[in-house]
Amino acid sequence: MISSTPSTALEPAAAAFLRPSARRLLVLGGIGLILVGMIFGDIFAVFVLHQNAARVGAGLSAAAHAALAGDPVEVGAHFADVGSFLENRGTKVDVHVHMIDFGYLALLLALVQPWVAYRERMKRHLARLFLIGSVVLPVGVFLIHYIGLVHSPLQAIGWASIFADLGGVCVLLATAGFLVGVYRYLAARRSSSPSDDLLATASKAGRRLLAGGVILVLLGFAHGAYYAASDLYRHENLDYSILLRMATASALQDAVQVDKSLAEYGQLQGDKAVKIAAHAHIIEFGLLAMILAFFQPYVCLREEWKQRWVSMLLLGSTLLPVCVLFELRYGLLAGGIADVGGLIVIIALLAMWIGIVRYTGALDAATEIPS
Amino acid sequence: MSGARQILVIGGIALAVIGMCHGTWYAVFAEHQALDRAGGSVAAAFTHAAQRQPAQLAASLEEYREAKYRHERQVDAHGHWIGLAMLLIVLGVAFDRVAATERFRLILAIGLLTGAVLFPLSVLLQTISHGPVPRGLAIASSGLMIAALAGTALGLALGPAGEKA
Repeated sequence: MISSTPSTALEPAAAAFLRPSARRLLVLGGIGLILVGMIFGDIFAVFVLHQNAARVGAGLSAAAHAALAGDPVEVGAHFADVGSFLENRGTKVDVHVHMIDFGYLALLLALVQPWVAYRERMKRHLARLFLIGSVVLPVGVFLIHYIGLVHSPLQAIGWASIFADLGGVCVLLATAGFLVGVYRYLAARRSSSPSDDLLATASKAGRRLLAGGVILVLLGFAHGAYYAASDLYRHENLDYSILLRMATASALQDAVQVDKSLAEYGQLQGDKAVKIAAHAHIIEFGLLAMILAFFQPYVCLREEWKQRWVSMLLLGSTLLPVCVLFELRYGLLAGGIADVGGLIVIIALLAMWIGIVRYTGALDAATEIPS
Repeated sequence: MSGARQILVIGGIALAVIGMCHGTWYAVFAEHQALDRAGGSVAAAFTHAAQRQPAQLAASLEEYREAKYRHERQVDAHGHWIGLAMLLIVLGVAFDRVAATERFRLILAIGLLTGAVLFPLSVLLQTISHGPVPRGLAIASSGLMIAALAGTALGLALGPAGEKA
């Protein structure tokens, strides 16, 4: 499936990708982060998300019934459980989101490398700092639920949170460093733009990804605007009013109203979750497609295979958010298809990553022969 | 680098840095306390229900509502700033392929950057004021962002296959 091997007289795109250039670190690290984040998200969606939501619902139900029975001690115990389940869910979602977003940012920083006015050595240091922070933050966030406040010197923040925040600071410093590099480039008032075939090349696969990505992002924006106008404040008001009805019914010992409110609250949380997830995923996948459009020259596969993986990526990127949106109406069937959509995106991305690894292998072989 | 591209690339990276600073500040100094407050308030409401104290119950739930409202907007502002920043950077890289005059590209870039700065800011302002101004700003800035992105998409669709950077 290899289309071509880079020649020994290196083209600009190949020269920018020599081992161990900052661009290469950021591209391979960035796609790796996105892949791990997506696989983590898929595993979380299949094995944890729904089970955890059921436990939260059961915990809230038990607390409401304890209040109905006039037992404040049991109420406290059940809410402690609910808090723990919510923390488990929240930290897992944060790991998924941060890992993928750091991957995107790594790819974007790889794209702007020609405009970063530092020596290659400095760029590599910044790229490494960025990637270290991008791993430390999600790992720290993942451990928050398991480590808690054990041996912590602070009252509200545990060691896992401290390390997660340190990871965030590493990413922040590296990004700020690259920003200063771009500013130095502009301040030097260079007369011509740096030569970079990656930004100039527009293959058919790249154009399809760019067009598909922009359409997905626009659809996501339109859906977000619709959600904000029609559901956001309604959901917030319902969240409060249903809980108020549930708690008041518990105080009045009205078991029928408590159960009715519990069912309404479950429906509300489901409705809110699927709409927000659809909005977030369609935009994230659109952005991913747009970013990957620029890296197609690095994907060392035959043109027809490149096209196939592009089609797969766009198909999965559409399937997942649309099916998530239908999850409340069609239940597990839609949920299952959404998970398959996520898997299709992962496979297509993995194929492109392998294509880029092959490119680097061919590049290294080409540069090692003369030496 | 063209003016429009400068606005989007520099503006995008700067916005990502601002979003990260905001996220780091929130995670270190406010998030845990906000979550404890929201969780503690709803637990207190049901404890009051168990003790048959409806007045205190309503007050605790009101506190939960306010804590949750603030927390969700802080997280939304952080997420939207960084998400929109990444969109600005990728559009900046692609911007020379937009079929438009340099002046119109500049207008599109300013529109995109203004929307990307103001929309999360208006969400953040909602934690200070529940009035119509932050909500109006959110509607206007998101509308500006959508219009500018639609214009860019059209320009990309009409643009050449590829241009030198």
